[in-house]
Amino acid sequence: MSAERPARLGLRVLALAYLGALLLVPVGVVLYRTLEPGIGAVWASLTTPAAIHAFQLTMTAALVAVPLNTVLGILAALVIVRGRFRGRALLDTVIDLPFAISPIVVGLSLIFVYGRTGWLGDALARAGIQIIFSWPAIVLATVFVTVPFVAREVAPVLREIGTEQEQAAATLGASSWQTFRRVTLPAIRWGVAYGVVLSTARAIGEFGAVSVVSGHIAGQTETLTLLVQERFENFNVAGAYAASALLAVIALCTLLAMTMIKPRKEYA
Amino acid sequence: MSTEAVIEATAPAAAPPWAHAVRNGAPAGVRPGRLSIGVVTLWLSLVVLLPLAAVVAKSLQGGIGAFWAAVSSAEAVAALRFTVLVSLLVTAINAAAGTLIAWVLVRDEFRGRRAVGALIDLPFALPTIVAGITLLALYGQGGPVGIDIAYTQAAVAFALLFVTLPFVVRSVQPVLMELDRGMEEAAASLGAGGWTTFRRIVLPNLVPAILAGCALAFARAVGEFGSVVLISGNIPFHTQVASVFVYKQLEGGAPVSAAAVSVVLLLLSLAVLAAIRGLAFLGARHER
Repeated sequence: MSAERPARLGLRVLALAYLGALLLVPVGVVLYRTLEPGIGAVWASLTTPAAIHAFQLTMTAALVAVPLNTVLGILAALVIVRGRFRGRALLDTVIDLPFAISPIVVGLSLIFVYGRTGWLGDALARAGIQIIFSWPAIVLATVFVTVPFVAREVAPVLREIGTEQEQAAATLGASSWQTFRRVTLPAIRWGVAYGVVLSTARAIGEFGAVSVVSGHIAGQTETLTLLVQERFENFNVAGAYAASALLAVIALCTLLAMTMIKPRKEYA
Repeated sequence: MSTEAVIEATAPAAAPPWAHAVRNGAPAGVRPGRLSIGVVTLWLSLVVLLPLAAVVAKSLQGGIGAFWAAVSSAEAVAALRFTVLVSLLVTAINAAAGTLIAWVLVRDEFRGRRAVGALIDLPFALPTIVAGITLLALYGQGGPVGIDIAYTQAAVAFALLFVTLPFVVRSVQPVLMELDRGMEEAAASLGAGGWTTFRRIVLPNLVPAILAGCALAFARAVGEFGSVVLISGNIPFHTQVASVFVYKQLEGGAPVSAAAVSVVLLLLSLAVLAAIRGLAFLGARHER
């Protein structure tokens, strides 16, 4: 009913053309350009010492940020949904802040705390700890930008499942921890999984925040995304495409994981 | 003894079986204790609030006069103005394109619809610097289609359209799925055309979702950096956006100026967050 057949067809073509011109064709062109010089050249440019180090640094940052924000994200969701205390609404807003803030501001803010002239600058210098322009800053930036994901995915699920089953478990003598592990956690697991996938993608793909605090030292403080920029600006376009293609493949795996988890999350 | 108490005492079967446990002070489900609340508050304070407070403090280091001088410098004003204007344009395009895409995904049927639906999230999954590179590969110098928009204001708009694509679609899609089609059928049977039905029946129901998606898209566009940094060319007074301006100020050894413009961006983000909260509140009241 509603839209007549030709109109419906027209809208479909319009929507698909928009998506094609904006998303599909550009990504396709980069993948094509990457493979133009042959798979051997791509492999060579992805296995240079700098590229391998960048890959390791990116994974390290993700491996610290994602588990940390998964555990604290679940806790934060519980606090926001089930807590009854003053300031709950404020906490709820603070969790969303990293979503709304420019990544550049995130990086800048870390410099003003941990940098040489920052709030903790003197104390850190005396202790001989360097954070800014070193790997800990990259980890900190990644932790900042991935704060909201798990909490934001888990909170609606917690609201939906209510507390009846947990109350029943408590009645039957389960401790709080047992109730959480045996009743709550299984109920929210797909929401957690979805949040983990989103945070991992963001951790691997973060650029602006790490760009400000990294110092861009090749082979030391360069993540994969920074490697893309450095190669592009130094006219190593083929190398930039190769690293981009690797990140694009990771993104496609992320999409696949999201597509597989989504229905489970919604009909849990 | 009041009558209610009598009824309660004489009709225990009406109460749920665990009611005695609740009355005896057993936990009503997993409730976060003071420790959990403290841990979460401390975590968010250390990771998020402390750094942001440092930015605000830095911006006011030279007094309110220095703050104002930094924010009202010609280059800063140009960057902020361009950022807000291009973000508004991109948000408006998203409102139309996002609603259209959501409609096609929910109401249309064609092969590959599920794949297209999954593709919508690509801008969330793809690193922003890669988004910039891909757009530059297609629409930059020497691209296969023979158009070169690199280093133009249009290129900035294009990059922002890429990264903000999912917001309106993902916000409108679930509402459209839940929408009762009885009203539309009634309108159609009374002789309303497809467009009239959409405009008079469907669209009013979608407006809150469209606005919420727009707010998120706007917030994202205002702060965007990675996808814009390569394709914009960062020409002051022309294609330089606020986030790139902040970056350049920091590199150029003007941290107070960088902090001041950052605070303006922060205030914009907070205003958008508040607007989203307001919308959600209005929506909840509307449903009741």
